[in-house]
Amino acid sequence: MTESNTDFGPDLGEVFGPSHADGGPELVQLLTPEGERVEHPDFSFDLDDEAIKGFYRDMVLTRRIDTEATALQRHGELGIWAQLLGQEAAQIGSGRALAPQDFVFPTYREHGVAWCRDVDPLRLLGLFRGVDQGGWDPNDGNFGLYTIVIGAQTLHAVGYAMGMQRDGVVGTGDPERDAAVVAYFGDGASSQGDVNESFIFAASYNAPVVFFCQNNQWAISEPIERQSRIPLYQRALGFGFPGVRVDGNDVLACYAVTKAALQRAHEGSGPTFVEAYTYRMGAHTTTDDPTRYRLSEDLEHWKLKDPIARVHAYLTRNGLVDEAFFAEVEEEAERLGEHLRAGCKALPEPDPLSIFDHVYVDQTPELAAQKEGFAAYLASFEGHKEGAR
Amino acid sequence: MAKITLAKGLNAGLRAAMEKDPKVVIMGEDVGKLGGVFRITDGLQKDFGEDRVIDTPLAESGILGTAVGLAMRGYRPVCEIQFDGFVYPAYDQIVSQVAKIHFRSQGKVKMPMVIRIPFGGGIGAVEHHSESPEAQFAHTPGLKVVACSNPVDGYWMIQQAIACDDPVVFLEPKRQYHADKAELDESATPDPLFASRVVREGSDLTLLAYGPMVKTCMQSAEAAAGEGKSIEVIDLRTLSPLDMDPVFASVRKTGRAVVAHEAHVNLGMGSEIAARIAEECFFSLEAPVLRVGGFDTPYPPSRIEEEFLPDLDRVLDAVDRSLAF
Repeated sequence: MTESNTDFGPDLGEVFGPSHADGGPELVQLLTPEGERVEHPDFSFDLDDEAIKGFYRDMVLTRRIDTEATALQRHGELGIWAQLLGQEAAQIGSGRALAPQDFVFPTYREHGVAWCRDVDPLRLLGLFRGVDQGGWDPNDGNFGLYTIVIGAQTLHAVGYAMGMQRDGVVGTGDPERDAAVVAYFGDGASSQGDVNESFIFAASYNAPVVFFCQNNQWAISEPIERQSRIPLYQRALGFGFPGVRVDGNDVLACYAVTKAALQRAHEGSGPTFVEAYTYRMGAHTTTDDPTRYRLSEDLEHWKLKDPIARVHAYLTRNGLVDEAFFAEVEEEAERLGEHLRAGCKALPEPDPLSIFDHVYVDQTPELAAQKEGFAAYLASFEGHKEGAR
Repeated sequence: MAKITLAKGLNAGLRAAMEKDPKVVIMGEDVGKLGGVFRITDGLQKDFGEDRVIDTPLAESGILGTAVGLAMRGYRPVCEIQFDGFVYPAYDQIVSQVAKIHFRSQGKVKMPMVIRIPFGGGIGAVEHHSESPEAQFAHTPGLKVVACSNPVDGYWMIQQAIACDDPVVFLEPKRQYHADKAELDESATPDPLFASRVVREGSDLTLLAYGPMVKTCMQSAEAAAGEGKSIEVIDLRTLSPLDMDPVFASVRKTGRAVVAHEAHVNLGMGSEIAARIAEECFFSLEAPVLRVGGFDTPYPPSRIEEEFLPDLDRVLDAVDRSLAF
């Protein structure tokens, strides 16, 4: 056996450096886990403390949606729930960076982004309760329906952005007019062909897209190491556009980085990959059991980086709020919880005959006949005592 | 009136649709300068620009997935899949997204999109260039599926499919692209898109076909006429929804039906059509509905494709079996 002496250049370790469990030195951070503001050479947070208070409120309420929905699932009111616990900063920071004319293509876990787009969280529950498959109008808040096939929506996002280019709403210089798309996906999705194809299409057409990847370290039971041998954000360069890794538990950094990426897109400078480095503190969904595949000490480690706690620390440490502020937010969360609990049970059951109604814009004679037949079949049971069927 | 090929008919139909509606965009591999490998989009990029005739990266799922986004933004994408056998990388986007988004959104989001697929064999090609995937799409609720068989239909049906607010899989018999010519009267009123059509009247047996097999069945009927057999031929044209009323009327008259397609017989369109005829015309039938199609094998090497494909003799063999029943 002779050893290969072909030189393929430096190895992975030399190119990308050693891997860091904490995200490494490239992590853009503007608020430490201890609640201290820090500077970054490339990104800065340009809003005032009122905005930070707003972010705090958003994150607390988003977490409340998550815990209420989880409880509703445990009570049998929802069939399943996809938890976002721990990802509040990534979602609120990026969601609040959006301009009204921007459009969002979410996965099924973007409850915080939905909140930023004024989607009634009750509408999110409909899908998980099984009364519909997405009960909001995507054009109302420019927030697409949840997509369950992993990564499929990233291509829709690029196509939508190509439409914006053709509509002449990119690079006009008018901040009220310039539009872009944010495609949300996760670390698991980064392995999908659709996601990689979406990178290629976006790069090729210089489409106004921000690829916002929440790397929460886990694709159900598979760790990020199963999806990628290099930091995910580094992949962007291979496709021909910039990538950046941001502390996904730092709402200020997520806001600042997304804002900057959107700015590039609005200007017509093309796509950006944002890797929000975070951690899925909950399960994949309520059917999952993370104790089978990960260590509880990892969770304890990430709890110290909690996205809400660090903003709480910042606000109190600097005397920006008083106890009444936190009490008000808590009260609002209580009201939101009540809204979800009562509203969930009151969601109307779908009419069985409605399954025929939106298969096509123009109903086919075949389906019309099937509907008629099924209606007659159902009607044939009317008048029978319970138990007849 | 000009005599045109199917390729020219489709090209003229696409041009007319683009002139009529500025939201119509064509997407696909090599559809721009080259005009597509079959030249169906010839000259369109030159006249409508690169924003409306889009040469895409070589990724079918990418084409269909981005078309979904364009449709959501108000465009009417016409996607060209280069060859039938290359549609499968886009299968998930077509079946799980294109077909379901209108339903998922309870009618709030429309998917007006045409997916053009050159289909069928007989051109001496290598593997994956000669397939007939229509049943896979006709089986998917939310999609509409049509197949043209001649230049005049090509001209009208592509425009009607583009104007349709539902996603349409549009199948083009590739071996007919540059074959027969027909006279096109652009001032005529076309038949509706989702309608089958009796293309030859007869009284002894009904032959049902679509796409490339219409020509074969017409030739079979002609040959049978020489033997004193009167065969009615119906061009189905629409595969989802099926337009069965003209079929039922014909079978009630003839009492016999043979369905022909290039696709595999097992669970092909013929299976569904035979079942529906049995349900609706049971007491009119003099013989079981017979199916003629490709064998239940992968598409073979091209040197033996003529044996795989149902031809005039295989159709006549089925006709004879039915008549002898």
